Amino acid sequence: MQKQAIFQSKLLPYALVAPQLAIVLIFFYWPAVQAVIQSFLLQDAFGLSTSFVWFENYVELLSDPAYFETIVRTFFFSFAIAASSLSVALLLAVMADKPMRGGAVYRTLLIWPYAVAPPVVGVLWVFMLHPSLGVLSRYLRAAGIEWNPLLDGNQAATLVILAAAWKQISYNFLFFLAGLASIPKSVLEAAAIDGARPMRRFWTVTFPLLSPTIFFLLVVNIVYAFFDTFGIIDTMTRGGPGKSTETLVYKVYNDGLIGGNLGSSAAQSVILMVMVIVLTGIQFRFVERKVTY
Amino acid sequence: MVEQEGFRRYIAHIILWIGIAIVAFPVYVAFVASTQDNALIANGQMSLLPGGHFFEVYYQTIFVGTSGSTREPVGNMMLNSLVMALAIAIGKIAISIISAYAIVYFRFPFRMPIFWIIFITLMLPVEVRIYPTYKIVADLHMLDSYAGLALPLIASATATLLFRQFFMTVPDELLEASRIDGAGPLRFFWDTLLPLSRTNMAALFVILFILGWNQYLWPLLITTRDDMQTIQIGIRKMMTTNDALTEWPIVMATAVLAMLPPVFVVVAMQKLFVRGLVETEK
Repeated sequence: MQKQAIFQSKLLPYALVAPQLAIVLIFFYWPAVQAVIQSFLLQDAFGLSTSFVWFENYVELLSDPAYFETIVRTFFFSFAIAASSLSVALLLAVMADKPMRGGAVYRTLLIWPYAVAPPVVGVLWVFMLHPSLGVLSRYLRAAGIEWNPLLDGNQAATLVILAAAWKQISYNFLFFLAGLASIPKSVLEAAAIDGARPMRRFWTVTFPLLSPTIFFLLVVNIVYAFFDTFGIIDTMTRGGPGKSTETLVYKVYNDGLIGGNLGSSAAQSVILMVMVIVLTGIQFRFVERKVTY
Repeated sequence: MVEQEGFRRYIAHIILWIGIAIVAFPVYVAFVASTQDNALIANGQMSLLPGGHFFEVYYQTIFVGTSGSTREPVGNMMLNSLVMALAIAIGKIAISIISAYAIVYFRFPFRMPIFWIIFITLMLPVEVRIYPTYKIVADLHMLDSYAGLALPLIASATATLLFRQFFMTVPDELLEASRIDGAGPLRFFWDTLLPLSRTNMAALFVILFILGWNQYLWPLLITTRDDMQTIQIGIRKMMTTNDALTEWPIVMATAVLAMLPPVFVVVAMQKLFVRGLVETEK
């Protein structure tokens, strides 16, 4: 990992890394350390005194059934978003992978939602499916469904999952296209000569060869569902009704800002950090494996 | 040869068009709503065809803003978003490319520890350290400032890693050649390395611009003044009021305006966008 041809200079390299190092230390490490420290502190109700309480914040959190529910809910959201978005994207990518007229146009028309910000995604979907004025709610009501995501927790959760999956289709589509392009055509032709029909070719050849892409996207989608859904949830439901759409990140925000419970919020941040590190670790191990694949 | 029956091809076209329709429909609805009368929308009588208020609504949105909730022209919010997005994209590229240069082309004490200090930041998004970061930015008196909006979001390693990877592939002969020409380290960086990195920088810029423009949680916390709001925050505030009072055409026009710049970047610079996306995710 080291160049053979290098420059000799005593001060210049430090001057070159200094800006990034300064920003990283001030805006990354300092707050991260603060979060860890804060998570061991407890503030009284008036914010007048703080005391060091060891792991009390963590114990309280982890023995709180509501927190446990939030963890389960977040993972459920993640898998629902990943599964629905990945399957739609895979179907579209397989269709677009065929050599056909207008392939580039299809690609352009399918990738742009990547650029739509999460809060905007939330606004678009809540408007379409708003109980009283949404254009799609009329049809749902005509079909006999009592549609009101502002009151019904399950419907609100469905709405959040749909919106979040919608945004992620374009991203998954792009990576599936790249994955499909890297599958040698000769393998598929060999299977065709052996008499495998297209469906069978897909499940026995294409799908297994795509598994590294699928696994990579699964991790990326879970991380996306953890963090980037904040904007969607905030403009759509604010975590409600009740707590039915409150994810881990939303709870950090809610408890810290609105609840004013900084110790607990910090402890939640630290737990989230650990989760992300584990997820990233899984992803890195996997990326390493892909190199030798 | 793999068979290509006409029938299957029709199915592929049909499925792709259905996909495009699903992807485009919410945006179409937003656009249509932004050209209609608010009373009609509030009654649940919205039409699925464009109305006649296009110019009126967009004029009011861009230059005046809502009459109730935000009282700030959306044009100004877009300007704030633009400044923030550019500051994040340019700032991150600038500090990353020079630190990657130092790490690849120099040997100095603490080189690897410094590399690791930067590398670890890859793992934690700003969301998990949000309140402590807020407190630090407040202590530095950077609330409601462009520096406060951009700097904490610049603290990440993706770009550094990308440039480091790229520099490793640059042949050593180039450095030796320019050294024979009498070029020092800064000269080599400016005349040789920067021009070679142009495509990488452009691809990265496209991705970072989109990410910057779409930032939400961080601006939500640190902007309190109306004239510092970004467009994403503006949208949320417009929806805060009682549903019946929400000025939907303006909200939807703002949503359309919020999408326009990043979507334009993706469509117009598709090659760079795809390249940047694939490389930053590696």
